[in-house]
Amino acid sequence: MNKNIKDIRTNILKLTYKAKSSHIGSCLSIVEILAVLYNNILKKKDRFILSKGHAALALYCTLYEKKYISLKILNSFGSNKSILMNHVSHKVNGVEFSTGSLGHGLPIAVGKALKFKTNKETNKVYVLMSDGEMNEGTTWEGLLFASHHKLDNLNIIIDYNKIQSMDFVNKVVGIEPLKSKFLSFGCNVKEINGHNLNAINKALISSVKNKPNVIIANTVKGKGVSFMENNNLWHYKNPNLNELKRSLIEIKKKYA
Amino acid sequence: MRKLFIKELLKSNKNKKNYLLINDLGYNVIEPFKKKYPDRIFNAGVSEQNMMGMAAGIASENCNVFVYSIANFSTFRCAEQIRNDVDYHKLPVTIVSVGSGVGYGNLGYTHHALQDYALMRSFPNMQILSPGNNNELIALLNYTQKNPQPSYLRLDKTEHKEVEFKKIPVSPGGIVKLIDGNKKKILLTTGSIQSLAKNIKLKKYKNYSLYSMPIWGMKAKNKAKNIIKKFDEIITIEDHFYDGGFGSWLKECINDTNIKTKIKSKYIRPEVINEVGSREYLLKKFGPK
Repeated sequence: MNKNIKDIRTNILKLTYKAKSSHIGSCLSIVEILAVLYNNILKKKDRFILSKGHAALALYCTLYEKKYISLKILNSFGSNKSILMNHVSHKVNGVEFSTGSLGHGLPIAVGKALKFKTNKETNKVYVLMSDGEMNEGTTWEGLLFASHHKLDNLNIIIDYNKIQSMDFVNKVVGIEPLKSKFLSFGCNVKEINGHNLNAINKALISSVKNKPNVIIANTVKGKGVSFMENNNLWHYKNPNLNELKRSLIEIKKKYA
Repeated sequence: MRKLFIKELLKSNKNKKNYLLINDLGYNVIEPFKKKYPDRIFNAGVSEQNMMGMAAGIASENCNVFVYSIANFSTFRCAEQIRNDVDYHKLPVTIVSVGSGVGYGNLGYTHHALQDYALMRSFPNMQILSPGNNNELIALLNYTQKNPQPSYLRLDKTEHKEVEFKKIPVSPGGIVKLIDGNKKKILLTTGSIQSLAKNIKLKKYKNYSLYSMPIWGMKAKNKAKNIIKKFDEIITIEDHFYDGGFGSWLKECINDTNIKTKIKSKYIRPEVINEVGSREYLLKKFGPK
């Protein structure tokens, strides 16, 4: 899995450079979560929704590692006629649902979980959300419903990298105390290091009966590249050639 | 039309693939469905955006979902969920809105559906289903279940008198003859204003024929274009603003063509209605004449 993680990060950096696209920090913070989901957790019948659709490139790079899409398709990122929208698209093999406007993924996941539960089907539903999405009303509407209907087949992962689009989360609209908010909504809540593979795996395989599962994954925006980490600039900026070279050297060393 | 809608939905749910979602309303309407299929109806509470997202989620798992609500709640309140989740993914969600036009006259402007066509017809995959009588409603429900796709079903709040069942052929952009008359000059209506359209025809347009178009939308324009060209004059009648409404849609159908058909439109006066009253009162004052 470590090779997967190195390759996903490398491809994110190269393709963001090539496409001159945004959201590199948001992509780098979820690499371990995606790697664990796609290597260890997701079964064929399960569903995964990337609600933070702006981190599409991280998912495309993961889908390439898992052979859902070819290198040719992956390398089309940022080119004219490409199907790889910068916000995740269901036209891409392996993508369950298109997102891009925040706050949509959870209600979709709740609907799927409700359908499986009411039909006594054992499929599980996973949704990966951003901390910025905690601002959305639909997040709390969806949680109320999921909790009321005891949707224990629903697994919500929050990529809590503490930085949203314009600034640090606690400077935009504070969301703390986050854990107690989820607890008060009737969820089973675990708080983990979102870059620790064992911790992610352990949190994803444990669940509590009759409660939706929430994993608050503490992550670092821009993880893996020292000058991108915890720097809001990399929500928008793409690396120049020199920055790309420096970042690739760092990734090669850290994830050897 | 609400009760007939539920009655017909019950009939067609033998495979239990139909889900009904409500947002804490539907008193004295949805109960028969709840009694027969308690595990296929969910009250989302007062949360329309979550309800529409869930509808898309359920529909994406090979089910047909009916989202039942009043006027603007199942449309404008969750417009982006309809755009991105339902229409973009082309999912079989039928958005049911009760209280077309000024059906909820006394409840005030918040409850009047005067811009809903404008919103719903702007989505490429969405078909507008606008029944003007019970037979049209039955035909539309049969059609949408045989052709599951994003649909907007606009229902009259008023219950129509049961009439003898008559099978009506409906298709996108197709017209249904209501009263025979002149072969080249017609009145064309859609949805719940059909009885008023009949009155207008009988009083002011005695020689014209009267037709309805129960299914239309962005994709139906080509079909409608071929029907429009058969006539010299069409006067549309609707309980909606002209902007984004049925009449303007019909004119868009022949834009950039050589079709010479003259199209005129009758609609709700384009302003915020600042007074309340019965549906009849409001239609008389603000409606098409």
